[in-house]
Amino acid sequence: MFKTRLARIAPIVLLGCAMLSVPALAEEKSILVQSTTSTANSGLYDDILPIFTAKTGIKVHVVAVGTGQAIKNAQNGDGDVLLVHAKASEEKFVAEGWGVERFDVMYNDFIIVGPAADPAGIAGSKDAAAAMKTIADSKSLFASRGDNSGTHKKEVSLWKDAGVDTAASSGDWYRETGSGMGATLNTAVGMGAYAMTDRGTWISFKNKGDYRIVVEGDDKLFNQYGVILVNPARHPNVKQAEGQAFIDWITGDEGQAAIAAYMLDGQQLFFPNARR
Amino acid sequence: MPDGTTVSQGRTWAAPTDESECLGEAVGLVYRSGDRTLIDGIDLQIPRAGRTVVMGANGAGKSLLLRLLHGLLLPSAGHVRWGGRPLDDALRQQQAMVFQRPVLLRRSVAANIRFVLKLRGRADQARVDATLDEVGLAAHAHQPARLLSGGEQQRLALARALATDPQVLFLDEPTASLDPASTAAIETIVNRAHARGTKIMFVTHDLGQARRLADDVIFLHYGQLAEQSPAQRFFDDPVSQAARDYLDGRLVIRKSSK
Amino acid sequence: MQDFSASFGLAFQLVLAADPDLLEIIALSLKVSLSAVAIACLIGLPVGTAIAMGRFRGRTATIILLNALMGLPPVVVGLLIYLLLSNAGPLGWMRLLYTPGAMIIAQAVLITPIVAALSREVVEQLHCEYAEQFRSLSVPRSSAAAALLWDARYSLLTVALAGFGRAVAEVGAVIIVGGNIDHLTRVMTTAIALETSKGDLALALALGIVLITLALSVNAAVMALRLTATRYAYA
Repeated sequence: MFKTRLARIAPIVLLGCAMLSVPALAEEKSILVQSTTSTANSGLYDDILPIFTAKTGIKVHVVAVGTGQAIKNAQNGDGDVLLVHAKASEEKFVAEGWGVERFDVMYNDFIIVGPAADPAGIAGSKDAAAAMKTIADSKSLFASRGDNSGTHKKEVSLWKDAGVDTAASSGDWYRETGSGMGATLNTAVGMGAYAMTDRGTWISFKNKGDYRIVVEGDDKLFNQYGVILVNPARHPNVKQAEGQAFIDWITGDEGQAAIAAYMLDGQQLFFPNARR
Repeated sequence: MPDGTTVSQGRTWAAPTDESECLGEAVGLVYRSGDRTLIDGIDLQIPRAGRTVVMGANGAGKSLLLRLLHGLLLPSAGHVRWGGRPLDDALRQQQAMVFQRPVLLRRSVAANIRFVLKLRGRADQARVDATLDEVGLAAHAHQPARLLSGGEQQRLALARALATDPQVLFLDEPTASLDPASTAAIETIVNRAHARGTKIMFVTHDLGQARRLADDVIFLHYGQLAEQSPAQRFFDDPVSQAARDYLDGRLVIRKSSK
Repeated sequence: MQDFSASFGLAFQLVLAADPDLLEIIALSLKVSLSAVAIACLIGLPVGTAIAMGRFRGRTATIILLNALMGLPPVVVGLLIYLLLSNAGPLGWMRLLYTPGAMIIAQAVLITPIVAALSREVVEQLHCEYAEQFRSLSVPRSSAAAALLWDARYSLLTVALAGFGRAVAEVGAVIIVGGNIDHLTRVMTTAIALETSKGDLALALALGIVLITLALSVNAAVMALRLTATRYAYA
């Protein structure tokens, strides 16, 4: 957001003038995308959306909330396109008629991060379920989103695979923050807890402290993103043409290339895998 | 001046005998606050002309009587009439009152005058200027009213009261906290208004002032009318014991339970 | 405390460089919160004045309710406005959700009780002083109300400022109804929340410092105005 810092000196007093020049909400072409904090916080949208807007003249407004809330908002008709990462919920969303069709867009992976001290001794593990079982057995602190987001749903399924009942330990070693990914990472770093996060958020996260990746590379940690046009039959307000144009673009060659080209700190954050 | 003194039940008052001489009247006026009776059955008639000074010890009910006569308070019993009519907004608009502590708007001196003229639908600049000139405040027209000295503030309050040419002007101890020069200035303005035909109702504690101003005196004692006499008689030979004590500077103690 | 000193430097740098994104966010913050204050005054001042001058049954209860409403939780207001403005809600047809308009409405709802309750106090105090004189002059109620509002204008400015302070600093309501959309509904507080969630605490704090500086300047301006007014005994 603040990448471009002009060197010109202008007193803050000019704010009054700036206020008057705020562009009115003209009837320009735009769509509203309900998406997740993990994608928005990674900076991906800031990078690729201007390309789409330049080509089509359609502005893309992104509301970044947890996947659960994003789906709920889309069900209320408060958005044209849904771009989230919780495949089962997405398919349910389409099956119930809220969305038109679901398309794969890209993937990245989840990782488990923890303090350098590594109290559970799981650093270097490639088996997520086993590592999580160790965390539970050693009662090492673990910070969970606990917000029904895509990441949270993934984490819950991993605990299930590990055979751990987190509900019984909630508030003990298992800490549910009920917050977004970034906020949860802040909390984890603050109390020395392990946390599961998507790689994109982690790479762009600035408050890492002495935290590092302790578990990665398990096939189960695969994180698929999907895109869905909100069903105009349910919500006539949905901007069908513009929304579809966006979906066509992001799942098409140009959008896929833009996703692949987005790098942060020299690392690719998302891997396009749309099949058209 | 009204004359003709009637005496009844120990009270004495001089009442206008001729109906046409009477401007206002109070009949069976009672005012209670909680279980205390502060105005206790006052019947009086207010002569059409002249300066009526209301006197009495602290707590006698002077200010209350003025407020009841002006309609700022509603009596618990009895009634007030002016020109034979019960008091209403239209009648009150022909009266004005100046309080002990002037209540001035947080505006300029001229704006305070303009405010009341506008209410009566006659706010022209010439009238504002004339009104201020009359009380010697023309030079202060654009100053904030509340930065005037105490005497100037009271003169402004008086000017505002007179701006609408009231029939009756009530003054509730307007000079109680003023120095002699300011007091004299107020009295001069009051006398000028009186000379133009405005009925004056003036509450004061200051005997010298009462002697200077009064044409007739209403003397209150514990919420009752002790005496209403022409000024000369009141000061030379008051009828009631309470007035005699007051004039002699004796503390008047209520006689018995009532 | 590395974040602390770093963020001060960053804040200074951002302001001096007049970063266009920063200016846009500040401008929107001001636009939204000032509009909300205007609406709150339009509704709150007459309500406060009516209660201050009125003698009616349930007056005390109304005052208690109004004072309690001053503490409305922003998230609850945000949620209620969201439910109203959502396409699935009764006012969805207005297409206001995720626009500055929705944020203005939410903040106006939040601070109207503040303006009403505080102006009630201010006006009532002045009314006590003026009431007898006004009755003596037979001032009609409407003129009396106008005169009270005008004469209390400098105190009421402080009331409006209290509303503005609450509006510009609140995040719970605007993030729900505005959606924190870049270049559309992102204001200072939601930007701070976003930068915090990105773990960019220095930038978040820098924004916070700008916000506080802004609040301080507005406060100082109003205070200067009040001091002038007091000097002229108009306050």
